[in-house]
Formats: sequence, C-alpha cells, structure tokens
Amino acid sequence: MRSLGLLWLSFRLGALNAIRYRADFMVQLFQSLIGLGIALGGIAVVFSQTDQLGGWRQEELIALIGVFMLVGGLIAVVIRPSMEQLMEGVRLGTLDFTLTKPADAQLLVSVKRVEIWRLVEVVLGAALIVLAMVQLGERVSLERVAAFAVTMLAGMAIVYSFLLILSTLAFWLVRLENILVIFHSMYEAGRWPVGIYPPWLRATLTFVVPVAFAITVPVEALVGRLEPATLVGSLLLAVAFLIASRWFWRLGLRHYTGASA
Amino acid sequence: MRGLPLRQLVDVYRAKFRAEIALQFAYRWALAIWLLGLLLQPIVYLVVWTTVARSQGGTVGGFSARDFAAYFTIFMVVNQLTFTWHYWEFEWRVRQGFFSPLLLRPIHPLHNDLAENVTFKLLTFTVVAPVAVLLLVTFNASLNPSPWQVLAFLPALVFAFALRFLLEWTLALAAFWLTRVTAINQAYYLAVVFLSGQMAPLELLPEAVQVIAAVLPFRWMVAFPVETVLGRLSPMEVAVGLAAQLIWIGLALGLLRFGWRAGVRRYSAVGA
Repeated sequence: MRSLGLLWLSFRLGALNAIRYRADFMVQLFQSLIGLGIALGGIAVVFSQTDQLGGWRQEELIALIGVFMLVGGLIAVVIRPSMEQLMEGVRLGTLDFTLTKPADAQLLVSVKRVEIWRLVEVVLGAALIVLAMVQLGERVSLERVAAFAVTMLAGMAIVYSFLLILSTLAFWLVRLENILVIFHSMYEAGRWPVGIYPPWLRATLTFVVPVAFAITVPVEALVGRLEPATLVGSLLLAVAFLIASRWFWRLGLRHYTGASA
Repeated sequence: MRGLPLRQLVDVYRAKFRAEIALQFAYRWALAIWLLGLLLQPIVYLVVWTTVARSQGGTVGGFSARDFAAYFTIFMVVNQLTFTWHYWEFEWRVRQGFFSPLLLRPIHPLHNDLAENVTFKLLTFTVVAPVAVLLLVTFNASLNPSPWQVLAFLPALVFAFALRFLLEWTLALAAFWLTRVTAINQAYYLAVVFLSGQMAPLELLPEAVQVIAAVLPFRWMVAFPVETVLGRLSPMEVAVGLAAQLIWIGLALGLLRFGWRAGVRRYSAVGA
C-alpha cells in the first residue's frame, strides 16, 4: 500500500513538474504521432509488397505496434527516466539523499522521475490495439484479454528487472549513461514479431534482452495463438528476473561509496 | 570571430584528435555498447525485407534478398560515417554554460565538434568495417560496383557527411531559444529513419515520400551514396545527386552562420 502511495506521489510530482512545460505536451503529442505514422508507414510499405510477414497478417502487426508503443510508453514514463536518474546519482553521489530516506531504496529509485507526457504514447498504443482488434473482427474472449493482461504484466516485470540490472552496473563502471542504449536498440527489434529473426537473434531477444516477452508474447495472447507453455514460462521468467534484479541491486549498493567517490 | 590560419587549425585538430582518442579508450565499454546497437539495426531491416522477398518468390521491387543484404550493410556503414550526436548535447551545453570558455577561444566551437566527430568515426570504423565485411559474406550480399561507381561514392560520402554535420549542428542551435529540445531532436531523428532510407530503400516507398525525401536534404545525407555504390543510379542521376548535395551544403552553411550569430546573442551563459 505504501509502495503504491509512493508511486502515486512521484506521479503527482512528475505531473506538476511537467505542467511547467506545457508546450512539451504538444511537442510530445506531435512526436508520438510522427512515431505512430512511421510505424504504420513501415507496415504499409512492407504490406504493399506482400500480404503476410512470417505468418502474421497486417492487422496483427498493427496490434503488435500498439503493444510496442504501450510498453515503450510505460518504460518511457517512469522506468527509463528513473534509471537514468539513478545512474547519474551514482556518478555524482546524489544517491546519498535517496538512501537516507526511510523507505525501500529500490522502490524509491525506480519511481524517482516521471515523465508524464510520455503517457501520450501509452494512450496511443492502447487505442491502436483496440483499433486493430476491431479490424481483425474477431470476438475477443475474456480469456484472451486475461492472458494478455497477465503476459503484459509479466513482460513489464521482466523489462523493469532487466533495466534495473543494467543500471545497477553503474556501481562498478563509469560513464554508463548509454548502457540503456543496449535495451533501446534491442527494443526497436521488437517492432516486428521475433519469429521472423534468425535463431541466434531470436534467442537473444527472448533470453538475453527479453523484449519478446514484453511485446510478441502479449500480442500472441491477444490474437489467440499463445501456447500455454509460453504463458507459464513468461510468469516463471518474470519471477526469476525480479528476484535476480533485487539481489543484484543489493550487491551493487554495497559497492556504492557515496558522494566523495 | 576571425578564423585561424590553416596551419594552426591543423595543430588544433591534431591535439583534439589525441585527446579524443585517449578519452574514448578510457570509456571503451561505452563504445562497445554503442557499437552493438549500431550493428543490430541493419540486421533487423535486413531480416524483415529478406522475409518479404522470400514470401514473394525471391524479389521485391527489383531487390533480391542478396540486394537487401548489400543495401542495409552499406547503409549501416554510410550511416555510421555520417551521423552526428552533437545536437543531443546542446541543451545541456547551453544550460551548463559550456560555450562560455569556447567563445573566448579564437576558433569556432564547430571545430571542436568536428574534430571529436572525425576521431570517433576513425576509431569506430576499425570495428564497423570488419563487421560490414562479415555481414556481406554471411548474408551473401550481391555487391559488385563498377570503378566509376566506387569513384563517385567517395565524394558522395564526403558531401553527405558535410551536409549532415552542418544541418544537424544548425538544428542543435534551437537550444539557444528553447530550454528543452529533446522532443524536437527525436522528431528529427524519426524523420531521418524514414526519409534517409534506413527503413527501406527509398525506391520501395510511395512516390510522394520519395519526392519529399529528395526535395528535403534527407536522401542526400545517407541514401544517395548507398544507391551510388550499389549501382542503382545512372551516371546522370549521380551527377544530379552530387549537385543537389552541394546546393544543400551551401544552404546549410548559410543557415548555420545566421543561426549561430543570432544564437550566441541569445546566449546568457546560464549556470556558468
């Protein structure tokens, strides 16, 4: 409960902060629409030359872009800015202020900064998913929606843990601002179903940089081609990732030497 | 600000070159990470388009899987050699008063970035080049340019770099007027992805988009040298392209001079 309270507080602070730069909202909207246009344009270009890509229909790929934006937006709203802040905090020693607060430090650093305007992307992504489902004209059963929600949550947990692990590396290595680029560039590969990639890349996107679980798997759940084994695997991996990242964070924290470093 | 004599300018570059090499080696991890992302991108598009080509019985719009392999690999090399990152740093630079010491030096701050950029390219090219060869071989790319195409590729590449550097440095100047430019930068970056041929060869895009890419500088910043060396352009088209590059470089230089003068007047060295 208290964690939720903290999350809400940081959202409110983020919103207050963002309202000072209201023009940013328009720029963000503009930018998200450009991103959307380009993603849909990319699909349109591909499907002007073919009618299926590795067994995926156009509407299914549009739903995939929806999830891509939804998850990407959620990451951009709170996870990435907070992780960037964390790494800066380690470098400058300002993490001291966070550590002295009477709450779980991992939670605090994870919701430290909120970029509220990026919610635009979340909304657009959700709208796109609905639109694609309507276009597919399939009756989406409650079961599928539930599977979608579960795999989505698991995917978010995996991505969050992964980013936390990457950011925690900052305790050992200097000038790591661009380490999140690893994730960002791998995430771009998630615009397309991981099934089309050659085996080595598919394995990387599934197990090393687990983009597949955050994007492809939820979409599979939604369009009804999810294997029960994948669902279970996704949940197990999420739990494993959460535990591993927690452990790694604690290990990293022990290496933190404070403001004088 | 008056320019330095050329000899002194060369010395400045040499010093900057040494410092930058040392700096990059100190942060070799950051460099490795960055390279990884860079190399992944062409593979993604390569895979998507190869999949399409296969499902269409071998070719799409005159591109076979082997042509795509050549296109996206060469594109990666050209993109790597021409890209700049300075416009991502300007917001911070203006806020932190970075320009204050630079403005006191008798040399345009542009030279600082240009030297940094060229050094970084030379350093990373030692990795990018073998990886490009590896990709060409692995995906069995069809790349056999005639001598004149290779010859034309070189000036096209240099002009593309000059154009992109000047334009993106001009874009960066927006930071003098706006406190937050990240959104603008991202919008620009997305336009580059689409219009410079990164997502698909421009030939495969709708006619209207091709026209936009050619009227605006985007095609001339990356796609054009790639198309040249892939042998997809006639000698006449190459000549026209080189001319378009030169015209845009002239325009960009004018914009940059004007923007810089106006921008420096706005600059109040906040935080310095």
